[in-house]
Amino acid sequence: MTDHQGEFDSVTGRSTTGHEWDGIKELNTPLPRWWVITFYLTIVWAIGYWIIYPAWPLISSNTRGVLGYSSRADVAVELANLDKIRGDKMVALGAASLADIEKDPALLALARAKGKTVFGDNCAPCHGSGAAGAKGFPNLNDDDWLWGGTLDQIMQTIQFGARSGHAKTHEGQMLAFGKDGVLKGDEIVMVANYVRSLSGLPTRTGYDAAKGEKIFADNCVACHGDGGKGNQELGAPNLTDKIWLYGSDEATLIETITNGRGGVMPAWEGRLDPATIKAMAVYVHSLGGGK
Amino acid sequence: MVFGSVFFQRESAMPQLSISKSMTSGESGLAALFAVTAFLCVIAAAKALDAPFAFHASLGALASIAAVFFIINNYYDRPAALPAQEINGRPNYNMGPIKFSSFMAMFWGIAGFLVGLIIASQLAWPVLNFDLPWIQFGRLRPLHTSAVIFAFGGNVLLATSFYVVQKSCHVRLAGYLAPWFVVVGYNFFILIAGTGYLLGVTQSKEYAEPEWYADLWLTIVWVTYLLVFLVTIIKRKEPHIFVANWFYLAFIVTIAVLHLGNNPALPVSFLGSKSYIAWGGIQDAMFQWWYGHNAVGFFLTAGFLAIMYYFIPKRAERPIYSYRLSIIHFWALIFLYIWAGPHHLHYTALPDWTQTLGMTFSIMLWMPSWGGMINGLMTLSGAWDKLRTDPVLRMLVVSVAFYGMSTFEGPMMSIKVVNSLSHYTDWTIGHVHSGALGWVGFVSFGALYCLVPWAWNRKGLYSLKLVNWHFWIATLGIVLYISAMWVSGILQGLMWRAYTSLGFLEYSFIETVEAMHPFYVIRAAGGALFLIGALIMAYNLWMTVRVGEQEVQMPVALQPAE
Repeated sequence: MTDHQGEFDSVTGRSTTGHEWDGIKELNTPLPRWWVITFYLTIVWAIGYWIIYPAWPLISSNTRGVLGYSSRADVAVELANLDKIRGDKMVALGAASLADIEKDPALLALARAKGKTVFGDNCAPCHGSGAAGAKGFPNLNDDDWLWGGTLDQIMQTIQFGARSGHAKTHEGQMLAFGKDGVLKGDEIVMVANYVRSLSGLPTRTGYDAAKGEKIFADNCVACHGDGGKGNQELGAPNLTDKIWLYGSDEATLIETITNGRGGVMPAWEGRLDPATIKAMAVYVHSLGGGK
Repeated sequence: MVFGSVFFQRESAMPQLSISKSMTSGESGLAALFAVTAFLCVIAAAKALDAPFAFHASLGALASIAAVFFIINNYYDRPAALPAQEINGRPNYNMGPIKFSSFMAMFWGIAGFLVGLIIASQLAWPVLNFDLPWIQFGRLRPLHTSAVIFAFGGNVLLATSFYVVQKSCHVRLAGYLAPWFVVVGYNFFILIAGTGYLLGVTQSKEYAEPEWYADLWLTIVWVTYLLVFLVTIIKRKEPHIFVANWFYLAFIVTIAVLHLGNNPALPVSFLGSKSYIAWGGIQDAMFQWWYGHNAVGFFLTAGFLAIMYYFIPKRAERPIYSYRLSIIHFWALIFLYIWAGPHHLHYTALPDWTQTLGMTFSIMLWMPSWGGMINGLMTLSGAWDKLRTDPVLRMLVVSVAFYGMSTFEGPMMSIKVVNSLSHYTDWTIGHVHSGALGWVGFVSFGALYCLVPWAWNRKGLYSLKLVNWHFWIATLGIVLYISAMWVSGILQGLMWRAYTSLGFLEYSFIETVEAMHPFYVIRAAGGALFLIGALIMAYNLWMTVRVGEQEVQMPVALQPAE
């Protein structure tokens, strides 16, 4: 369509511009006043902001703004504030021995708070954020400890890990009795049922207790001890309690005995500073099962 | 070809007396070019340094051979004369490429929404990654974003721009093979990009993941798109250029500039998929977000505002509210948007002055954005009653309302204090989706509901009742999605910044992840509803094309598309 005179639109009381495209016309409505005013206000606000804050690039630097604001300086202030809150205490924590921390309620609270934070970021992926563990990852809330539950023992485990490759790591693992041909299939079933009987779990029909006990005595007591009470020197679990790292059902036990087990806990020495490791040990110790 | 018959109709040329038939220079040139490309692709596939590159080169070879075959076959099938520009004094509109893009939009839309639902579910239930590299979150996420933005949105823009530019210029689309080259070439780019993501090919730039060879191809396609669009405008039969075409042109030109600016990469080898970007560090980050934010500004805003400016007045049968507002808000939007990118990099190594400019220009962008909303909504003056009876118009209008909401939320989130809470949280995801699902999604759905009957020459849609169902199911889905993300985002932000009195973080990161779980489930449910709505739409459009009643008073005698 060509230009023609605008026509009157009775609904809005406005005229059209006279343009028309494929039947579409346009009204000659002026800009809404509130829209113009708000637009100007945002521009005025922006100009004000440019005066106050760093804003426009110059040849080799930029306008600094009247406040002299810098986000780096802001971060430095925030960090300094945090340091004020916890700085001295953290130094004290680093200097104190585990025994001292236990005795000083203020240090203990600090260590627990710090330990909780660090635990969440470093340990929770395996042990769970509530430290309740998962299959293959020990629950840290109970009093059943693979490598010992005193403060010093927990600290040692955190520092050097288990089967971590660190020179001072905890070693020792559950052997693969089936895969290595030490025990045959029916012997494994027998001893698995014997292990179940140690904590009062029912055994399958046709299970011969004497045979099971004999296989256990010949193969397992070396690590798990007489009666299966376990040995924290070797990380051999107590088999008489009802706490299971991998599971207590017959199939899982057969798998454990056949293929062995050897979960890895990393060494945290070198990755976390000594005060932090100390705090974490105190936190884990305080979870409920510390000896 | 059954598939082809949906899009092509043999164009009845004016009766011509014994014109000797010969190939146009476009036909012969393009066929020769594709023959050379096929040859080069075969060599590249044989000598490729990595498997994905060999795969893509093979796809390129197959597509080139298919193109040569198509061009020659089409030449033997077509009448001696090319389709007439006008028949009986009225423009002989070119609907084929529009139909193709409309179909591809619906196809990619459903694919993109489905992948979105999968990754939303993966976030709620990580086991759904299945430990398979091809379908893990990191690869599917760019597949989702590219499929919905560039594949779905891109095809909607191609289809509507080719339709609107013809109708509002009152002239046939420029070019004979060129429009087909644009729509098919663009979708081939999508194919290369998408399969690349699944195979792990990426340059790791958000919304610009495709590697150098896909980028080069897109450049060729995009320049052709610009030419087709521009030449159509130049040969228009109207004295003025319609407002929608300003927005389409701004979208096409700026996307070309952004694409070139953000992708100057040097391939490690011209026979391998990996490349490295020309600049590094903070310069690269700034270019990336100059690009990233203006992909939102010019792809998802300018382009879709163009759709709004044609389809809302057309559907409501009312004049556009204010010509003056359309001019002012167009130029303000174009000028201000391009500066807003740095608000994506608040509190990073980006210099403070750049952050200031990004933030202040975002604030100034608020009213220019709302100018579009006002013009869209107020066009309904005198036609508000139609919202009760026309669910298509309701969809278009609600999309503008979502546009208004997200263009208020965006400037607000760009304010540094607000950003320090919202950045890196799900709030950002919620904001993006209120714009993407509510604005871009709904305006596209509304436009396709209008366009499909028009392009296929049908009296109307197969079922308005189904549109109504689509509208309500999808709206419920959007509300679930964005409210879940608002809550989880703000919760997340507050948990991250909470300190204990002893000066330690109150929550570990993993605790904040655990707290998100219920909201991730709700989000996935919202996404599922949105997908169901789109499936209803696809069925409705399909039935419109298959069984819809033929429109009779057409200027051009067309044969049925069956």
